[in-house]
Amino acid sequence: MDERRLPLILRAVGAWIVTLLLFFPLGWLVLTSFKTELQAIHVPPLFFFEPTLENFTEVQRRSDYLLFARNSLITSIGSTIIGLAIAAPAAYSMAFFRTKRTRDILMWMLSTKMMPAVGALVPIYVIAQTAGLLDTRTALTVVFTLSNLPIMVWMLYTSYKDIPPEILEAARMDGANLWTEFRHVVLPLSIGGLASTGLLCLILSWNEAFWALNLSSAKAGTLATMIASYSSPEGLFWAKLSAASVMAIAPIVVFGWFSQKQLVQGLTFGAVK
Amino acid sequence: MAYLQLDNIQKSFGDTHVIKGVNLEIDKGEFIVFVGPSGCGKSTLLRLIAGLESITSGRLLLDGKDITQTPSGKRDLAMVFQSYALYPHMSVFDNMSFALKLAGVSKDVIKSKVDYAAKTLNLTQYLARTPKELSGGQRQRVAIGRAIVRAPKVFLFDEPLSNLDAALRGNTRVEIHKLHRALGATSIYVTHDQVEAMTLADRVVVLRDGLIEQVGTPMELYDRPANQFVAQFIGMPSMNMVEAKAIPSFSAQTGGRLPADGFLGVRPEALRVHQGQGIGAPARVELIEALGADTLIHIDVGGVPLVARQNERTDLQAGDAVSVELDPAVLHFFNREGRTVAA
Repeated sequence: MDERRLPLILRAVGAWIVTLLLFFPLGWLVLTSFKTELQAIHVPPLFFFEPTLENFTEVQRRSDYLLFARNSLITSIGSTIIGLAIAAPAAYSMAFFRTKRTRDILMWMLSTKMMPAVGALVPIYVIAQTAGLLDTRTALTVVFTLSNLPIMVWMLYTSYKDIPPEILEAARMDGANLWTEFRHVVLPLSIGGLASTGLLCLILSWNEAFWALNLSSAKAGTLATMIASYSSPEGLFWAKLSAASVMAIAPIVVFGWFSQKQLVQGLTFGAVK
Repeated sequence: MAYLQLDNIQKSFGDTHVIKGVNLEIDKGEFIVFVGPSGCGKSTLLRLIAGLESITSGRLLLDGKDITQTPSGKRDLAMVFQSYALYPHMSVFDNMSFALKLAGVSKDVIKSKVDYAAKTLNLTQYLARTPKELSGGQRQRVAIGRAIVRAPKVFLFDEPLSNLDAALRGNTRVEIHKLHRALGATSIYVTHDQVEAMTLADRVVVLRDGLIEQVGTPMELYDRPANQFVAQFIGMPSMNMVEAKAIPSFSAQTGGRLPADGFLGVRPEALRVHQGQGIGAPARVELIEALGADTLIHIDVGGVPLVARQNERTDLQAGDAVSVELDPAVLHFFNREGRTVAA
């Protein structure tokens, strides 16, 4: 055998093992969601069985799936739009109008992500309570926006940094004002970065569980809270829990599947060019 | 009255004083070149005129109007950047028409203007392409075309040729020269290349440390430099600079016009090198650089290194004993402070 092919094959095998390891829990989740509760706890575990849809109908009957889905949609899309509206100008000013402190501000923003979220739980809970915003989509949207902002600013900052400043100066000489410069030059040149930032923010908000669980319940709860509601109080119903999870993550997985190219491009910005 | 007037322009970045008071009057249709060593402030001065940097103090007047505080886009100036700064996502046509589009010019007018500029610059067949599908020279022409289309009051060039290779640089330099002849547009051109400065300029502005050292036509600067700095900056190879007492034989040849503690400046072509010991100062050949059209002879005159240039080829070789004579008609005298003293 060709000696150079051996490392290639080993690498492929390694990659497949890692991929299967990563995929297995998700695959098992999907399998379980089509089992009955008895099949779900069967020992040894069943790989082949008669699939049933009863878990899905049960989930929809017991807990209004569409309400949670709508909350998830509104809070994640809302926080993405608001986040982009704040992060885009912030990153713009930091990328093109640097000061001595720009680097420090960026680092400080990132450092807020280093603190565990639970550290801010009490103050934020109290603020939400005082403002009468507990269990509202408004509170979740605001908190999602705030927790994603540092990453959004960073991502947009790096994508703006890829635009040579002379191009903006050329536009200014050509008579562009701040808005036309952004609309005709910055936006088209950073649309990839903007899209992937938005996508990532959407996914992070959709999957967010900590704040959703702590700040909402029946009215504003997102799909993450719906999954959680299947775990403890009435004992563990593995099949239904799995069905709820599948229903919760399916939209974002499908969405992520179609936008993966954009996402990878955005997350490896600068590294490729 | 001057078309573009710089009135005591100053610029500081924090504590760093970059432009220390520049006064300059530029006439309509003039081609002005800012030249100077790196860090002399020539690019900064251009950016101040462009409005890309704010002026710390002083006034800038264009066509009788004070534009010191006017934003770049409203000054009616066009700039050609060193990196071309084309809009990468737009076609050549869109690049060249962007300013007109923003100004709300009608599509027919835009088309005719762009077509005309493209024809002038040989870009007609590339109008639909994007910048990355063009060569360096073509990008450069698009950048110039983008400026021409606007018919601005003043063209600003920021080292536009320094990203091109040597051969292309020569051609483009000639093209810019012809273009200026054809359009007669007022232009300010920044470069560190003195060949560009000498060939393109109606008047050259020599800058050093944020101040103007001298303003004049290329030949004025060459023949009558105001000081040692200009004398040595203009001309290739540089003017030889000899301390007054270093070579007694030279001092004698100047006929007493040289200040006792000053400097003698001799252009390489004003030095004549003779084989063997004869008239002039005795010297030794250090190195011969034969360039084809002319020959540079590096010599050592009693410990002072000098360069001579002659049009003829030479049989001299390193180590040969020679004698050096001055051409008394083209000597330069400087006092201790480096300022030119009347010859």
